[in-house]
Amino acid sequence: MRLTHAFVSLLYRDFTVAFRHRNEILNPLLFFSLVTLLFPLGVGPSPQLLQTIAPGILWVAALLAALLAADNLFRTDYEDGTLEQLVLSPLPLPLLVIAKILAHWLVSAVPLLLLAPLLAVAFGLEALAIGVAELTLLLGTPVLAFVGAIGSALTVSLKRNGMLLALLVLPLYMPVLIFGSNAVDTAAAGLPVSGQLYLLAAMLVLSLTLAPLAIAAALKMSVSQ
Amino acid sequence: MLLTGTQLESKRNHRTLFKALNFELDAGQLLLVEGHNGSGKTTLLKTLAGLREPDAGQVLWEAEYRPQFVWLGHANGIKDDLTALENLRAMQTNSLPPKTVLEQMGLAGHGNRFPRHFSAGMKRRLALCRLLLSDAPLWILDEPQAALDKAGIRLFEALLSGHLQQGGSVVMTSHHDIGLEGQHIRRLGLGT
Repeated sequence: MRLTHAFVSLLYRDFTVAFRHRNEILNPLLFFSLVTLLFPLGVGPSPQLLQTIAPGILWVAALLAALLAADNLFRTDYEDGTLEQLVLSPLPLPLLVIAKILAHWLVSAVPLLLLAPLLAVAFGLEALAIGVAELTLLLGTPVLAFVGAIGSALTVSLKRNGMLLALLVLPLYMPVLIFGSNAVDTAAAGLPVSGQLYLLAAMLVLSLTLAPLAIAAALKMSVSQ
Repeated sequence: MLLTGTQLESKRNHRTLFKALNFELDAGQLLLVEGHNGSGKTTLLKTLAGLREPDAGQVLWEAEYRPQFVWLGHANGIKDDLTALENLRAMQTNSLPPKTVLEQMGLAGHGNRFPRHFSAGMKRRLALCRLLLSDAPLWILDEPQAALDKAGIRLFEALLSGHLQQGGSVVMTSHHDIGLEGQHIRRLGLGT
């Protein structure tokens, strides 16, 4: 009961802060759309080429947007001391961490999920491929959020940590990228994609269960500095 | 004993801050940690709170007290993007009305303002509301009077003596005179 209350109020708190700040919502979204829209300018407007590279572009842009957002995940909490208070809470930290990441995912990834189909249409992807792209993003972005949070928790006490965060997190992002964009490719070619989707779902379950433990341990280390 | 430290030792960057430190704290007592800048006061407080592990020695809690303390560090633990009242509701663990607590800390009428428009002293007052919004028997406070004005310091001293009289305990660091005297005050010197 107390845990549920703490979970919900933390979720609500982070939500309120994000909506008052807006950067947290707008930055990843803007980054995602800009990167995606720059490609047609860079590689030329040939519809066939764009259709071929669209899954890769959407996924790479989503991944980089997630990385960008992860950098700020614990930053202000660390600076204003609320992170210390969170770590000292008598309630289990991994569960509280899930609330924080859920809020983070809702404000940074869900707007992106809403925008992705529009961009996919602009790239000339077919309806089925767009559906699969949405599904892979839906399964994949929470994984990116959880894994990014591990890196963010490890590096939050360091100044100018962007590069280190990228180095820590990108190798772990790769499986998600590979299976995510491959699923969209495969769907566009008219082949079944259940294999890739199952693998992405497995990664989601794995990160949902194990990442909070790693994040909690990393946060405890960071606040002890 | 509510809290006992035995043979505590802490290092930072290979420099020993303190070692073989022993102390005891009972209900209704105040432990004042004293020492010059860089002598490890904050490190000791973080060790007691469980934010960091001692390099040697042990911190022992009386079993039933373990999770029940309020921590107030250098950082205020308040969010600039939440109003004062929202901040209080987020930190609250008892059932006192946050508005009363705000009035008690001399911040009446500021409930719906954002702390980013507050002065440093007002932010500290808001942070000190945490003490009233919890029923925990132990307070661990790092420089609680920092940035407070004279009235703020008197307010804090009143909170402190009230808490001690009710059988609560406090571990704190301070460069200020705390305005309290008596048997229940213990002093622990670091870096001497």
